[in-house]
Amino acid sequence: MLEIKNLHASAEGTEILHGINLSVGKGEVHAIMGPNGSGKSTLAQVLAGHPGFEVTQGTVTYEGQDLLEMDPEDRARAGVFMAFQYPVEIRGITNAYFLRSAVNAIRKTQGLPEYDPIDFLDVLAQKLRTIGWDDSLMSRAVNEGFSGGEKKRNEILQMAVLEPTLAVLDETDSGLDIDALKTVADAVNKLRGPERSMVVVTHYQRLLNYIVPDYVHVLADGRIVRSGGKDLALELEDKGYDWLREPAVVR
Amino acid sequence: MTAMAPQTRRAEDAVAQLVADHEAFAANGAAGAPPWVQELRAGAIRQFAEAGFPTTKDEEWRFTSVEPITRTRFAVASATVSAAVRRAVDEVAVGEPGTRLVAVYVNGRFVSELSSLALPAGVTVGSLATAAAGDQVHQHLGQIADSRANPFTALNTAFVQDGAFVHVARNVAVDRPIQLVFVSFGGPEPTVSHPRNFYRFDDGAQASVIEQFVGVGDGPYWTNAVTETVLGENAVVDAYRVQRECDNAFHTATSQSRQGRSSVYTSVTFAFGSRLTRYDLNATLDGEGAECTINGLSVLRDEQHVDFHTTLEHAKPHCPSWEVFNGVYDDCSRGVFSGRIIVRPGAQRTDSKQTNNNLLLSEDARADSQPQLEIYADDVKCTHGATLGPIDPKAMFYLRSRGLDEEAARNLLTFGFGAEILNSVSVEELRTQLDGIVHARLDESARKRSS
Repeated sequence: MLEIKNLHASAEGTEILHGINLSVGKGEVHAIMGPNGSGKSTLAQVLAGHPGFEVTQGTVTYEGQDLLEMDPEDRARAGVFMAFQYPVEIRGITNAYFLRSAVNAIRKTQGLPEYDPIDFLDVLAQKLRTIGWDDSLMSRAVNEGFSGGEKKRNEILQMAVLEPTLAVLDETDSGLDIDALKTVADAVNKLRGPERSMVVVTHYQRLLNYIVPDYVHVLADGRIVRSGGKDLALELEDKGYDWLREPAVVR
Repeated sequence: MTAMAPQTRRAEDAVAQLVADHEAFAANGAAGAPPWVQELRAGAIRQFAEAGFPTTKDEEWRFTSVEPITRTRFAVASATVSAAVRRAVDEVAVGEPGTRLVAVYVNGRFVSELSSLALPAGVTVGSLATAAAGDQVHQHLGQIADSRANPFTALNTAFVQDGAFVHVARNVAVDRPIQLVFVSFGGPEPTVSHPRNFYRFDDGAQASVIEQFVGVGDGPYWTNAVTETVLGENAVVDAYRVQRECDNAFHTATSQSRQGRSSVYTSVTFAFGSRLTRYDLNATLDGEGAECTINGLSVLRDEQHVDFHTTLEHAKPHCPSWEVFNGVYDDCSRGVFSGRIIVRPGAQRTDSKQTNNNLLLSEDARADSQPQLEIYADDVKCTHGATLGPIDPKAMFYLRSRGLDEEAARNLLTFGFGAEILNSVSVEELRTQLDGIVHARLDESARKRSS
């Protein structure tokens, strides 16, 4: 479903990803771990189509399509979703209005009728039930004045509404206390399914106690230096990242 | 001197002309006013003659040149009612025709036949001229808005004759908005009108007031309005002001409110029209625990220029105030925001928050933001912040990553600047009307960009 081959990407002329290879199958949850500056967030942003990064080599195939050729909105419409590490505040626009605009933009390209505000309230209510949350964020301006935890919750809320095929969560756990982390992880788990793949980017193993991945990859200096099952995360928790940086130690 | 072309007409000549016009005005139709009004006018024209028109050398006017006004000769406007005037009123009035409260002023003069005023007990809405004759405004008129502070206020006072009068008696809550529609238009020659409005809300009164300034026709005209508002103790007032004059109109205005103890005043101002607007919005918190919100929005295009000058004066302790002014500027338009917050000695525990956000949709658009804090008390909290720039690329990417294309994302972000202010409109029908105006403007901008 997602095939990344020899992906090189740079920002402002500096190469950050030096040849990533990653294959994500349908319904799989892959965790990408790594120290600060390893390129985790760059990988996430490149998948979402951030214009600040330039792909210099390699390919990304998503459901048979060349993902790198697609505009960010076309990726979203094709089912790619990224939960932002730093969600953006949108003044004056309520979450409900924003989500309806997004859902309708996607439905339009699928040839489906757009929701009016009333119908959409029902749709929202149903999606909120799926993850067990209330509608308290809905009438507030998108991320404006939100706490760190609320912003992260809001990203997951958007994911619940947009129902992506591939969800990339970029450090969704950073800045969350344990209660907020559990709330977010719980919702993410409810959104797991055989048709939905996830790439969970995180700095900390802690998140993976709650969102248990099928595979764990360690990214260091723009390359995947180690891949394994969920136990790899525990090993990292014990030993830290440093032992992986020495090429001699790998394998 | 005699063969002077209009574009070289000097400000001094414009002042002399207005003084001469005032003499004719005082001698003729206006002579029937009560003696105290005649005195008020005489004092004000002297003040105006002395001060003259402001220039960009004056600190308070450095971003706004009134030269297009001084080089135009304006005749006194008539109050003729036409089909176009009726249509303009129908277009802006909200509510059920049978029960709504709508007072109409044509070039500054109250026109009863266009108004719809089935007034509830304790509520007076109508003509300032009538109120002045009946001595209802004697002690306040000209006492709230300071003619010395602004030559345009002095000029309005010099020509004071009619305008809107609103009075809500003690503890009366008005269940529908009081709508004041000011329709202006030019004649074969450019014309000027000086609507003078006075609103008094007694202790415990509660009401919403909507001022709509609309224009008809193509002829240039100038509206020079002054509104004075007095809120008694515990009065709760929402005041909406919509300026949608014609594209070639001039609009100069001052609103000054004075609040009593524990009163709550919310002012929401919109500017969509005119080629040149200068609006001074002054609010004085003159009683302990009074609250004041002043919000505003300009959505401009072409070569429009709107200068919002606000002064929030905290004269008494324990008063919070909030101020958000947003501007969306396209083409070569220009917006000015000046936000002065004055905290008088003894006005402790003042809590004042000011924000000014400016969105530039074109490289030729311009915005100037000027916060001014004058704090003479030591236990106060005053914050201000301003943003200025084109659409945020981070926000664009965020929206695109959710499936919105570039144009939809841009429209949503732009509308958000307006919506932030529109959200403070609690009269639903007015909100719908204003949403429509903002959306139409943004669609127009989008069309221009894509063509």
